[in-house]
Amino acid sequence: MQYKIIVFVKQVPDTQNVTGQAMKPDGTVNRQALPAIFNPEDLNALELALQIKDNYDAKVVVATMGPPNASKVLRDALCMGADEAVLLTDRAFAGSDTLATSYALSCCAKKIGDFDLILCGRQAIDGDTAQVGPQIAEKLAIPQISYVEQVLELKDRTIRAKRAIEGGYEILEAPMPVLLTVIDANEPRPQNAKRIMKYKKAKTRSEFAAAQGSTYAESGQMAEFEKVYGEKGLLIKEWTAAETGADLKRCGLAGSPTKVKQIMSVVLTASDFKKIEPTEAGISSFIHELIEDHTLG
Amino acid sequence: MSNFYNDNPDLLFTLKNLELEEVVKLKEKDYTEAEKFDYAPENYEDAIDSYDKVLAVIGDVTGERIAPRSRQVDEEGPHFENGVVTYHPLTRKNLQELKDAGVMGVILPRQYGGLNFPTTIYTMMTEMVSRADASLQNLFGLQDIGETICEFGDEEQRAKYLPGFASGEADGAMDLTEPDSGSDLQSVRLKATQDPKTGKWYLNGMKRFITNGCAKTHLVLARSEEGTTDGRGLSMFICEKCPELVVRRIEHKLGIHGVATCELQYNNVPAELCGQRRRGLTKYVMSLMNGARVAISAQAVGIAEAAYREAKKYASEREQFKQSIDKFPAIYDMLARMKTKLAASRALLYETTKNVDLRNSYNHIMEHGTPEEQTAEVREKSKYYSKLAAVLTPMSKALSTESANQIAYDCIQIHGGTGFMHDFDAERYYRDARITNIYEGTTQLQIVAAIGGVMQRVLDKHLDELFDRIKAEGLYGRLKSMVRDMYEKQLAAVKFVAEKKDAEYQNLRAKNLVENETFVLVSLLMLRDAQKDARREALAERYILDAVHDFERNNQIILSNDLTMIDRHREVIDY
Repeated sequence: MQYKIIVFVKQVPDTQNVTGQAMKPDGTVNRQALPAIFNPEDLNALELALQIKDNYDAKVVVATMGPPNASKVLRDALCMGADEAVLLTDRAFAGSDTLATSYALSCCAKKIGDFDLILCGRQAIDGDTAQVGPQIAEKLAIPQISYVEQVLELKDRTIRAKRAIEGGYEILEAPMPVLLTVIDANEPRPQNAKRIMKYKKAKTRSEFAAAQGSTYAESGQMAEFEKVYGEKGLLIKEWTAAETGADLKRCGLAGSPTKVKQIMSVVLTASDFKKIEPTEAGISSFIHELIEDHTLG
Repeated sequence: MSNFYNDNPDLLFTLKNLELEEVVKLKEKDYTEAEKFDYAPENYEDAIDSYDKVLAVIGDVTGERIAPRSRQVDEEGPHFENGVVTYHPLTRKNLQELKDAGVMGVILPRQYGGLNFPTTIYTMMTEMVSRADASLQNLFGLQDIGETICEFGDEEQRAKYLPGFASGEADGAMDLTEPDSGSDLQSVRLKATQDPKTGKWYLNGMKRFITNGCAKTHLVLARSEEGTTDGRGLSMFICEKCPELVVRRIEHKLGIHGVATCELQYNNVPAELCGQRRRGLTKYVMSLMNGARVAISAQAVGIAEAAYREAKKYASEREQFKQSIDKFPAIYDMLARMKTKLAASRALLYETTKNVDLRNSYNHIMEHGTPEEQTAEVREKSKYYSKLAAVLTPMSKALSTESANQIAYDCIQIHGGTGFMHDFDAERYYRDARITNIYEGTTQLQIVAAIGGVMQRVLDKHLDELFDRIKAEGLYGRLKSMVRDMYEKQLAAVKFVAEKKDAEYQNLRAKNLVENETFVLVSLLMLRDAQKDARREALAERYILDAVHDFERNNQIILSNDLTMIDRHREVIDY
């Protein structure tokens, strides 16, 4: 049997190589100043999926939710070895928090359908929440294994995976379909030369229409494009919220209960040191101080 | 974060400005390959874009992954026990990643799983791999063997061996050198005998200094014609790893520690003939060696790039007498000379690969094309580019490898005592560079290979075309007239030596003549490139202003007619 693996990926600002203009004065990220990259742990998730494909009969579908230019990470994924790509893009998705994002992605997974595995990076470097993967599993009502380092075996409808825990690891078995969140425990393979030369030409319908001129989208030739590109394997599917069957009230800002109360630009500075007497009394009074200013407790 | 392609403006400039239209059009058979292969380019822009994207990935693999592992590979190297060579785990990882990137059959045709890239693009990869880990290049570069089988083997051999090379599943070795046959390959003794009943060939004897002698597939130069002693008694064979082919030991070398250099013993190893009998050395190995010489030239450029960057960085960070040392004339002079040597080596390298590509394509049509394709024009070009490549290849190897040694030497010098220590990469570059001007023909042999073309003025047409492209005004005009002056003096020096009709004097001065030919050619290349990008102007100026003095010295030596070296060297040497 062929396993169908969905890998959810995200295009993120490169927060690991931050330059001077990385933050706006109001404390939000200046996305223009930071290059958009493939979220690192999503690359680990994709690598894990490709390793499964190396060893088993499997098909890897990579999907992302984002602005139209997020198709870049999908092309990268195709160049590494993914078989198909889906871009979820719609103004209605704008402003999604983790709840709305995981709802949209769960709709996307249902539309892709018949999946055996869903792989996500543990977390994205722009938010560091690590919530989206687990929430998708909840919404799809499937089991999940988080912090996966390695997939040990797929046997019929069961997966055996090694996950990191504090101070060691554990090996879990789960029935499929199952969702895994993957940590930085493998080295993602480089893009492949032949695939680069082929898939650099992969396009979404919007990209194709834009390349053809402003009236193309209304010209009724879109179906022809989708057919020709689909046959060549160069079609990046592009779905709106409505096309995934998502309830618009649960998408984007409307579906996001998270409210940003305040944004602070925290500048770490060293202040004076404080001497604590190495006695019971000294330590005790210091601990009380820490509890009072909520550093502890 | 380092990407050895994107961080190198000189390399980026080269891809965009080398004018590869004719090269790519020939290689892609007028872009008809795109009908059969979904990864073949549809036109020139598409091809350059693909090269650019693939080179960026190799830049990332070499810069981010391979380079950080290179010191450990150098320190620990491959392991040899009970006749079995085991490469360092990091070397194996490096190869796996290059395999994943799909660049183990870069120049092989697509029908065998290759990328069908021009040598020029392959050479850019060679340069980046060498900058990251020079020893890895000796493994990466063995895909040239696939190219040789492709060009000279029969269809059965192509179908049998090439897909393995292209995918990276198979690795190769070229078994040429023997204990008593180094530079003089005509004297190779390894015996090939044919079983009169079965027609099968068997190899017996020894080979030495065989890079990756533990390989799966070997190309072997062997004496197939009993009773002969010269190059015309040699044929080329393909054999595979088997119990009869014994790795006796691996060498302990000064540099390129990561790769195993083996001594091989052939105990009746079954082999198959590749190409025609008696043409092993005269045609096939010469072709293989010419390809390998380009690769070594690129390996040297890669090491030089690494050494130059290390020196530049150190000089800007190291403070003495209250300022960074690159502010002192003695140091910035050294850095500037290193940089011009590096840029000059690269300019000549890619001028060479471009002409090698043209030669290969036109030769290929003459060897394998249809009679309709073999027009008089194609025949003419095949001859012309063969001659051009035959001069440029040894010139490039001599320049790049000698320059790399000087740059690596200066890199240590700039580091001072620190550079002498194993903790810094400077000493590894110095050790790794040292083999480049020795193997695949020493610099002395490159001079021998190039001098004929210099005396016969093979480059004149090419030089004329370059002169025509340089502006006559301003700085360019002034520099151009300096180069013109060098060129005229070189013509006079060639005439002087030719008219002497003294072979020994010509051999003695060959080095000076070839160096001066190189100065003229590279000066023009530097000017041509500066015209396309003003940021290269100072580089071209610096190169030429330095070159004129070195040129003048060589020129005076040639014209001196000083015969005392020939007459009295023995007295000097023996005192």
